[in-house]
Amino acid sequence: MHILKKAGMKSVRTILWSAILLVVFAAAFPHRACASGPDSGDGKFDPKEIIFEHLGDGYGWEIPFDHHRRMPLPVIVRSVDGSWHCFSSAHIDGHAVYSDGGYTWTVPASGDNKGKVVEILSDGSEYRPWDISITKNVMALFISVLAVLACCWPVARWHRRHGYLAPRKFTGAVESLIDFIYRGIIKPTLGQDARRFAPFLLTVFMFIFVMNLLGLIVIFPGGANLTGNIAVTMVLALFTFFATNLFARKHYWKEIFWPDVPMWLKFPIPIMQVIEIFGVFTKPASLTVRLFANMMGGHMIVIVLTLIIFILADLGSAALGATTVVSLLFSIFMLMLDVLVSFIQAFVFTMLSTTFIAMAQERGHDEEHQHGHDKVGTAGIKTLEN
Amino acid sequence: MELFTPDFGLVFWMFVSFVALFLIMWKFAWPAIMKGIDSRAELIDQGVLYAQNAKEQLDNARLQAEKFETEARARQAEILREADRMKSQIIEEARTEAAREAKKEMDSARVAIEQARKEAQQSFRNEVSAFALDIAQKVVRTELADEKAQARLVDSLLDQMETGK
Repeated sequence: MHILKKAGMKSVRTILWSAILLVVFAAAFPHRACASGPDSGDGKFDPKEIIFEHLGDGYGWEIPFDHHRRMPLPVIVRSVDGSWHCFSSAHIDGHAVYSDGGYTWTVPASGDNKGKVVEILSDGSEYRPWDISITKNVMALFISVLAVLACCWPVARWHRRHGYLAPRKFTGAVESLIDFIYRGIIKPTLGQDARRFAPFLLTVFMFIFVMNLLGLIVIFPGGANLTGNIAVTMVLALFTFFATNLFARKHYWKEIFWPDVPMWLKFPIPIMQVIEIFGVFTKPASLTVRLFANMMGGHMIVIVLTLIIFILADLGSAALGATTVVSLLFSIFMLMLDVLVSFIQAFVFTMLSTTFIAMAQERGHDEEHQHGHDKVGTAGIKTLEN
Repeated sequence: MELFTPDFGLVFWMFVSFVALFLIMWKFAWPAIMKGIDSRAELIDQGVLYAQNAKEQLDNARLQAEKFETEARARQAEILREADRMKSQIIEEARTEAAREAKKEMDSARVAIEQARKEAQQSFRNEVSAFALDIAQKVVRTELADEKAQARLVDSLLDQMETGK
């Protein structure tokens, strides 16, 4: 008890000292902090621009603690005449125009194609080419894939060598996470179909979780707002959509096209059918938006909290110092919350995917007596979802 | 808003990387991991089942032992009671036997004493009669020393015999 109290006192003191130091620093270098801020491009401070720059994608990756240089990444585009071009993003950095054997590329600073690579045609018009560049997000995607492999590979190797024995240390931690999802959601919900769908669901979980966590790291190799990007979540949700509908059993389609409801609800006017078919497509849509909005929201709050420092910097050193402390503490709190949210959102996405797949795997009434317990699990999760 | 329009390049790469990751994990990682986890879960379940069985058996054995113990105790008590009963019976029997023996002994003793008394009486009588005869003899001898006395005696005896007839 006494020791605990002492530790608590110590951490409180640490926080207090950090806060005081922050105030002193902020008061001592207010202008430098402003000058090295991300607004140094045209001198005008535009929070909206910065927020969307951080949330969005980009050619090249910021070098840690340096706002002027970027790591070059390959740009891969298909020209209007059908030829493929690959060049370093360093050539088009900062809206520069890059000419390469008759083809001219640039990234416009404004207009419809703002922030995207365009080809400048001979008549001066912009053409948005097919663009499969390795952008910052794509690079982060690859890093996430490698990170997932790096996390799960030792677990697989361990089990190949030691059978059922439990691994230790980091491998054990990853294994307990996998175990939590596998035996916590997948097995109770899917029952005998668990083995068939678990590889997909576990991959989804690990991938989302690792992407979420990497997104919380501010500098390279993190910092890309991957799961807060609708393209990523949409692809994941589409996989769930296909896993649900392509492997669905007869009962699932029967429930959609001829559900157990009073006749007037389904016969002359197919009310239930319309609702059910609508539901088939809203499920992946809700998956997409839920993960996307939650993660983007978390990132946005942290960025906005940081930007408040710069917005209030004009009011003077005292205001700047105070805001710095408050904003930083809030940012730290939000980031810690985001660690939790990272897990929860990965968990929720996996759980809902499992539920959708399980609902499509339900057997008809003739087989029901064998699988009654599976249905109970699904129903439980269905209520949770609501 | 650019945030809400999925970018083709990212969709493409996301698709490629997810499929690649899924295939690698599906082929090389998940089967081993799932097998490990499943077999461990099964082992734990079996272990729990085994422990439950063992406990049940132990409980049963304990119950059985208790039953045996109470039975044994009851039996012991019964045997003790039986022994007690037998003891008192034996004592009773011994007592009656002893009494009978004693009575018999006493009876025979009484008979012997009676016999002895009779014998003693007889011998005393014989002795007394012998003494009497002796005395009589001595008396008669002294009395019949003269003729007169002898004749007188014969006369009296004859008289007696005559009257006696």
